Amino acid sequence: MSTTRPVGRATRDAYGDVLVALGAQREDVVVLDADLSGSTRSGKFAAAYPERFFNVGICEANLVGVAAGLAGAGKTAFISSFSSFLLCKGFDQLRMAVAYPRENVKIIGTHGGITLGEDGASQMSIEDFALALGLPGVVVCHPADDASALQLLTQIAAADGPAYVRLGREKAPTIYGEGQSVELGRAEVLRGGDDLTIVANGMMLGLALDAAEQLAAQGVQARVIDVHTLRPLDEATLAAAARETGALVVVEEHLRVAGLGSVVAQAVVQHAPAPMRFVGLDGYAESGSPSALLAKYGLTCEAIVGAAQEVLAAKR
Amino acid sequence: MSPKLTQAECAEMCVRIRRHIIEMIHAAGSGHPGGSLSATELVTALYFHFLRQDPQHADAPDRDRFILSKGHGVPVQYAAMAERGYFPIADLTTLRHIDSRLEGHPVKGTLPGIEASTGALGQGLSIACGHALAGRLDGRDFITYCLLGDGEINEGQVWEAALFAAHQRLERLVAIVDANHIQLDGYTADILDTEPLVDKWRSFGWNVIEIDGNDLAQVFAAYEAAGANLGRPFCIIARTIKGKGVSFMENSVAWHGVAPDAEQTAAALAEIGEAR
Repeated sequence: MSTTRPVGRATRDAYGDVLVALGAQREDVVVLDADLSGSTRSGKFAAAYPERFFNVGICEANLVGVAAGLAGAGKTAFISSFSSFLLCKGFDQLRMAVAYPRENVKIIGTHGGITLGEDGASQMSIEDFALALGLPGVVVCHPADDASALQLLTQIAAADGPAYVRLGREKAPTIYGEGQSVELGRAEVLRGGDDLTIVANGMMLGLALDAAEQLAAQGVQARVIDVHTLRPLDEATLAAAARETGALVVVEEHLRVAGLGSVVAQAVVQHAPAPMRFVGLDGYAESGSPSALLAKYGLTCEAIVGAAQEVLAAKR
Repeated sequence: MSPKLTQAECAEMCVRIRRHIIEMIHAAGSGHPGGSLSATELVTALYFHFLRQDPQHADAPDRDRFILSKGHGVPVQYAAMAERGYFPIADLTTLRHIDSRLEGHPVKGTLPGIEASTGALGQGLSIACGHALAGRLDGRDFITYCLLGDGEINEGQVWEAALFAAHQRLERLVAIVDANHIQLDGYTADILDTEPLVDKWRSFGWNVIEIDGNDLAQVFAAYEAAGANLGRPFCIIARTIKGKGVSFMENSVAWHGVAPDAEQTAAALAEIGEAR
């Protein structure tokens, strides 16, 4: 996907696998879906543990409420749908029935961002992190690839309390090597460098790493950090990066307001103010192939390199 | 567990509960007397005869659940809970004050026995479905009761939950609709008519019974029927009088959400009378 890196499975495929593994290990795990279980991959759990799977139909508000009740009665409830439907249609229920009472509900939104492609803007979530971050106390996470999704989803299942995870439809570029450990709440420095920092997550990491290689060819060493966990945010790693590199670019497949860029900027401003630039979306996209959409809406290697050059100029 | 008051004793308890409702809303200076007074018999019969709960073991996995979906009616629940021993009766007049556990609408975690945070209308029945589902998964026989308002069921989520409960055949789930015919802005018939209630719930796949919800004998009979219910979820359409027991509040839109002043409080208490 607009990157030369090898691609692995889509992160939603990791979700299906984690659910099936959890089903075998834990009797308390229940899974609910709103008529998208084939797409979200929760259908894998449904096939293995039909008595603990509930398809509520196309009723996202009820989906969230029923899960909250199950959690209130001691279950660990995973709910999945497209991230746009789950967050937008279920938001008041997430607020009142999940976040406020801190129920153990895991909110899994697949088909995040614009890279779901041809189905168009109605299905695309460009505001899901803004909404999820508006739910106090809810963990917010966005794994980049298969290996990190498997680890992060497993860790989220093991931790008590509500969490939101955005997963993708498309096959994701491979970021993490075999055996490389990823920890919820710990930002991963994927590439060293002291001239500037590129912060990204999800599908944007492949592009960020490509941009770092292009910059290296120009003699600029960029540090690349995967902030897969937006909350709790690894402020220490970001503060160190701001201090040591003095300039940051944040790249996200989300609106440029109230998402990754905003939380990173808040941390940087408090700990080590530095010039920043933001690569992200400013509005609704449209139908098209994922790579065509990324190109048209400015989520490209070139855009990241351009933002890096700008922020380097501001630093001097 | 439940003290199992007789019907006659429950009638006396209703007097005490109504007095608490008036006194606590007066002390708060705001609140919703109408919908608490309409539901007094419905809630009192549950807490003092039917609900298998022990305030000392409020988290017992086998407990019956009571979820107040019409969260603005929480004074009647607090009053019943205090009388049942969940917390001191003296705390009732801290309703809506800073640092009180008695929030203006129910908040899970503030008091044992509050199962859900409600007040954003339309959400309780979904949560009740979740509890009922968990009970069936775990092979427990508890009953989940959910009290809704006839204005509240304007909310579409209620009907999502109604479809779901029937589809899942949640026979240990009881929805009680406090049909007092009034919502905040006026009569439900004028704002958004939810009638015919019995036909609607029946057509959604529920077993339905229609009663006078301010008549304790009918309320007892309805809960007995709910306990013996089989096959489908059970709905009680309870025809009630908003503001029941205080003549100047009865059937009054104006008394949906205002607190009585000192003079009105005295007049209301005089009408309600003293419990024997």
